[in-house]
Amino acid sequence: MKEIIQKVRNLSVGFKSQKGHEISILKNITTNIKKGETVGIVGESGSGKSTLALAMMGYVKQGLFTMEGECIFNSSNLLAMGNRDLEKIRGRKIAMIPQNAGQSLTPNLKIGYQIDEALKLHTNLSKNERDKKISELLNKVRLPSPETIALRYPHELSGGQQQRVAVGMALAGNPDLLLLDEPTTGLDVTTQAHVLELLNFIAKDTGTSMVYVSHDLGAIAQVSDRIIVMYSGEIVLEGPARDILKQPIHPYTYGLLKSIPKLSLAGLPDSMPGSQPQPGAKTKGCSFYDRCNLAEDKCKKNSPNLEYVSELKTSVRCFNYKKIIEKKSEKQSNIKRNEKNIKINEILNLTDVSISYAKQKLLDQILNKITDTNPTVKDINININKGETLALVGESGSGKSTILKSIAGLLRTKEGSIKFDQGRVLSNDLKKRNSSDLRAIQLIFQNPDESLNPNHTVEEILAQPLKLYFGLSGEELKKNIIELLEKVRLGKFYMTRYPRQLSGGEKQRVAVARAFAAKPDIILCDEVTSALDVSVQAAVLNLLQKLKEDFGTTYVFVSHDLAVVRAISDRVAVLYQGRLCEIGPSKNVYKFPSHPYTEVLLGAVLEPDPDIKPKLVAEDIVEDKPPEKGCCFQGRCPRILGDKCKNETPPWQIGDNGNAIKCHINIKDLEKKQNGN
Amino acid sequence: MEINKISEEKQKNILLKVLEVLKTMASRPSGFIGLCILVFHILLAFLSPYLAPYDYKAIDPTLMLQAPSSEYWFGTDSLGRDVFTRTIMGGRTALTITFFGSLIALLWGGLLGIFCGLVGGKIDDVVMRIVDAFLSIPWILAMLLIVSLLGTSIEVLIPALGFFYGKGIVRVARAATHDVIAKDFIISARARGHSNMSIIWNEIIPNVRDAILVEGAMRWSWMLLGFSSLSFLGFGVSPPTPDWGLMISNARGLMSFAYWAVIAPIVGLSSLIIGINLTADAFAKALGIDRSTKAPV
Repeated sequence: MKEIIQKVRNLSVGFKSQKGHEISILKNITTNIKKGETVGIVGESGSGKSTLALAMMGYVKQGLFTMEGECIFNSSNLLAMGNRDLEKIRGRKIAMIPQNAGQSLTPNLKIGYQIDEALKLHTNLSKNERDKKISELLNKVRLPSPETIALRYPHELSGGQQQRVAVGMALAGNPDLLLLDEPTTGLDVTTQAHVLELLNFIAKDTGTSMVYVSHDLGAIAQVSDRIIVMYSGEIVLEGPARDILKQPIHPYTYGLLKSIPKLSLAGLPDSMPGSQPQPGAKTKGCSFYDRCNLAEDKCKKNSPNLEYVSELKTSVRCFNYKKIIEKKSEKQSNIKRNEKNIKINEILNLTDVSISYAKQKLLDQILNKITDTNPTVKDINININKGETLALVGESGSGKSTILKSIAGLLRTKEGSIKFDQGRVLSNDLKKRNSSDLRAIQLIFQNPDESLNPNHTVEEILAQPLKLYFGLSGEELKKNIIELLEKVRLGKFYMTRYPRQLSGGEKQRVAVARAFAAKPDIILCDEVTSALDVSVQAAVLNLLQKLKEDFGTTYVFVSHDLAVVRAISDRVAVLYQGRLCEIGPSKNVYKFPSHPYTEVLLGAVLEPDPDIKPKLVAEDIVEDKPPEKGCCFQGRCPRILGDKCKNETPPWQIGDNGNAIKCHINIKDLEKKQNGN
Repeated sequence: MEINKISEEKQKNILLKVLEVLKTMASRPSGFIGLCILVFHILLAFLSPYLAPYDYKAIDPTLMLQAPSSEYWFGTDSLGRDVFTRTIMGGRTALTITFFGSLIALLWGGLLGIFCGLVGGKIDDVVMRIVDAFLSIPWILAMLLIVSLLGTSIEVLIPALGFFYGKGIVRVARAATHDVIAKDFIISARARGHSNMSIIWNEIIPNVRDAILVEGAMRWSWMLLGFSSLSFLGFGVSPPTPDWGLMISNARGLMSFAYWAVIAPIVGLSSLIIGINLTADAFAKALGIDRSTKAPV
């Protein structure tokens, strides 16, 4: 048995409400972290996972206090220690890697200096030794040419590189325990896969114990030896990673795993009803009672204890876990999408669209000269049929949201035209579009916190498009609003609520209802599920699909998440640096042959399965600008041919399955190579 | 029927919200003190004509510069007028003029600021440079010029004060608008095709209203000080109307032996300004604009 380095015993953390009640955020947490082990803590937002990780380094956020219990590290209780004593432990024995490295690095200090500071604080090395150590650390986190990186400022590095520097800094004091709070959440898919691989390597190489906090089961599956699932401030399931992911015996984890869209399965994932209770809302009974399909009377009255199941080496907080064990043979049954044959009936057409953010000089404006030869988005040709869901996929900076904005008229196209409804060209200028065109194209945004006016009630929010487009008022307006709410499965009583009184999923439903209020033909969805928890995401995806089937709406769906796109789209367009790489029916895009970029993206997708490891085929370098000539993907392409790719724009090739790929490599060769891998 | 019920309900909601804000304000000692002082002054302004023991303009040379006594609580001034009477009535004109002046400042400053913030670009540049130019002119010089050209009637003073104190509000309103303007709900309203007016009214004003109101309340106290300075210089209220600025100005030469004639109006003026300041501060905290945990008092 390995040595235990941190013990959390009966830990409860809470806050005092305005009325003076004590409300707990963490309830009676007991767990041990062993030497050299990586523990994944997973849960939805508000489940208390970050609070637990912070408590493990003896920190309780302002406004919170320790109600009970202790965190024992090196036989002393961190939560009872003074700041002076904690300073000796933090950074040296226990280090933390925060979510957003870009914000945790000081912007006006060079990377080398910042690491040097950490070394000065935590080690007794001389100046020369420290310099050597800096290169060593940067080398360890696999940053290219450490000497030059050390002389750069944080903003001169990409997001992935910043995160690597943060890992390097955390390793500076040779810690025994590394706490990682959502370390890959803000990163692109490919970068994320690389950082996770690095963390795995470091765990093995240095023997450091890690606590990895994330909402993403895919990421957790790649790094963890053991998984703790948290719900509403409690541990509901704890055990070896493989057992938990392969055979989750708590209904919450079971539902959570089912609600994650997977690359291997077409169709929409199952969704879980409801949402996590607010802290303090539930005083007795199982906290998962409202959402559980195995719930019985006893679950309502008594809260289950964490029970150890020896045959699975797992602890579970459920009365009825045996029922789930019996159910295990049941196969993943995803909800099938109703894939009616979409008729070729073009509703939207983008021809040679280019969009540039560069400001034109006054003189060039007068002479009508185009100066920006390398615009952000270039040569986009896409046609969308009525009733279809077209997905635009790519990493950040691929121009997918830019294209969406120009369809909505919020950004002017520089060249090319956007045609709507039988070839009528839509005006470049939002103000010149007529009301019925504006009505026909509606937007849903990523973050409902920002897209709903915080000072309007749900009624006022939904009334706006109804008043604007249909001139409704009085009784009829109200009737329409209630109808809309019913469509998105919200009750009438939501009308008087403000957005801050709703949960994330409910807010996004209101945003969906607002888009549908206009009775649009096309809805542009900009990363609509990426701000939501997994179980809520599945519900919103299902809702969107249902509404589409009912109203025959066309969706243009932008996402960075290939699995989500797989679940909802009919056709997929893959974008890199504002250029199209591949477009085709979604079932074919996810199969080979594909564009080398699609191949890289597909390889980097993290599945919540410890047996499916990401395939890392290319470096995760990020380019600032698309190349002036040649193929847009030449900088990172793992299958680059040579000068041809650098100088000539690749041709479109259409595969046997109707999948179009823009690449110099012959499509047959591409298929052979990719299947050979 | 039901629609009426909803609008009634909404009015009730607004009333409830106001009550709630007042309650939060009064829950801090500084806010409570501020509110008390302010309410006291406003009540005094309304009731002082009925409370005054003497006629404020009755001159009696035999009673010149009497020290405070049971008969004349605050003593008398150099013309034998009762200082107590004049002090309790001395805030009336100042409060009225500055209250309406602040309203005007709020209105034009707030709307122009929001408009500039929303439109941006060249119009914004030009307007803001003009505002900057006015900000660089010492307001009291400009006020003196206006007053000497147009006289010191209320019709001149209110808009002139309103104009000069609105400049600062333009900046605040514009900055508050900039915070809101990048949010998706504005972009969403734009994409739906709402007009600029509708966006300002429905989307922006509800979100910047609080910040502008707090700024307006602060401006009120500054305007009060400014107006009293004008009176002090002889350009505000004309005698014999009682006014604190004027009273201080008249009595300051006699300060060494008739301190009471100066101290009473000073206490009146400064307590009102402190009251408004504390109230505005508590107002900002109650609305969640000022999140600092410690109040200055």
